[in-house]
Amino acid sequence: MLLEIKNIDVFYGVIQAIKNVSFEVSEGEIVALIGSNGAGKTTIMHTISGLIRSKKGNIVFDGNDITKMPTHNIPRKGLIQVPEGRHVFTEMTVMENLEMGAYLRNDKAEIEKDLENIFKRFPRLQERKTQLAGTLSGGEQQMLAMGRAMMSKPKLLLLDEPSMGLSPILVNEIFDIIKTINKEDGVTILLVEQNANKALQIADHAYVLETGSITTSGKAIDVANDPKVKEAYLG
Amino acid sequence: MSFLSYLITGLSLGSVYAIIALGYTMVYGIAKMLNFAHGDVIMVGAYVSFLAIGKYDTPALVACLLSVFACTILGVLIERLAYKPLRSAPSLAVLITAIGVSYFLQNSAQLLWGTDTKVFPAMLGTNQLVLFNGELMISYVTIATIVACIIIMTVLTLFINKTKIGKAMRACSEDKGAAQLMGINVDNTISITFAIGSGLAAIASVLLCTAYPALNPTLGSMPGIKAFTAAVFGGIGSIPGAFIGGLMLGILETFSIVYISSQLSDAIVFGVLIIVLLLRPTGLLGKKIRVKV
Repeated sequence: MLLEIKNIDVFYGVIQAIKNVSFEVSEGEIVALIGSNGAGKTTIMHTISGLIRSKKGNIVFDGNDITKMPTHNIPRKGLIQVPEGRHVFTEMTVMENLEMGAYLRNDKAEIEKDLENIFKRFPRLQERKTQLAGTLSGGEQQMLAMGRAMMSKPKLLLLDEPSMGLSPILVNEIFDIIKTINKEDGVTILLVEQNANKALQIADHAYVLETGSITTSGKAIDVANDPKVKEAYLG
Repeated sequence: MSFLSYLITGLSLGSVYAIIALGYTMVYGIAKMLNFAHGDVIMVGAYVSFLAIGKYDTPALVACLLSVFACTILGVLIERLAYKPLRSAPSLAVLITAIGVSYFLQNSAQLLWGTDTKVFPAMLGTNQLVLFNGELMISYVTIATIVACIIIMTVLTLFINKTKIGKAMRACSEDKGAAQLMGINVDNTISITFAIGSGLAAIASVLLCTAYPALNPTLGSMPGIKAFTAAVFGGIGSIPGAFIGGLMLGILETFSIVYISSQLSDAIVFGVLIIVLLLRPTGLLGKKIRVKV
């Protein structure tokens, strides 16, 4: 198992946002975490990345217990998040954003190679590399956020709502890139999406989160065919 | 010719304000707090070089370096002990703590070094450059101050824009969460910012005390407030803003003293600040703050 979440409880003050959630992501897979607004998907992502701490339970990544690891040390292990809303550094250029993705790395030659690969995946970033990230469109910012994360040479990429606010054409483009990153670059992906349809199409396994608890889980295709899931999320 | 002489004096005073303002503006940019103890770090820096020269007879340059070293450590210590525990506290609590640190430093200085005013030694000499057959005299200290300011601004701008740490500082300043997700250690980055700002305060202290050689435990307050004004004037958080704000404030103050009234000069300086802020609430080069939902 590349990532194991074991019985985590997460609180905001006295309100419990995540209730005894456990799930796994095995190497090479795309795992989708679906659920409606406020179900706790982003909370789980932030807990894995260390931006929020769980009150109970463990998070084990690649054999290391990262439950209490300082946030800034987690990317060093090969786990990186593309946060919801992109969070690119708008006052910095596209190139500088990508450099920040490689912040923990010192292998110059390898970084150069990865940069080339990222420009191959996202040709538009190369065209705009001297532009300030704040001047990019929403889709381009999403690509930059993903490219920036890829610069850390991750084993596991957490993608939080990558399709949010994008036009249908761009949504397809982003999902194609996610598949390519998974298949060709060998990066395992944990995908949080409101667009359950799309997410279940590309995922291997899926978990459904409802008000802080996992209610359904299994192979993506089975989850997609579950009548309850169909009714609630796939319309 | 006297106009030129006043202008140069103003630029020199403004350079000192600019160097101090950098400390305010960089710390604000990253930690989003106003470090009101910054002026008192200047005072400590001044005492360190004063003691180094007066008591132990060290060469001026060594004294200056000692002062930079002491202030850098002091700045990092203040951040770690007083501000870091308040990282997630309301900004008012941090502001009050900063004022507390300011008084703590002033009172400690009174205990350690007494309250009487001491005369700061002429570290850079009192020689003057004579131009236009003696019509224009500029002291070398004035020139050194302006040159120091330009060098500091250039090096700092390069540092912020070209080095990895500098870029990490900009990343932290914009989005601490995303910076952490990239593996940037935000606490260390904030410490580095305090170290740089406090080291610059030490340089400012030497330049300031060479020009105005009266040393006492509250000597940092007024230049501190003025430099803070300069930082707000130029747009707090902006490095070029601190530079322009500092220089403009220095020139404005000098011209107010010589052309209007030496007693009213501070009132005029702060009056202009109020007008600037009424017209441009974010300062001359300040960024518009976008509140996202």
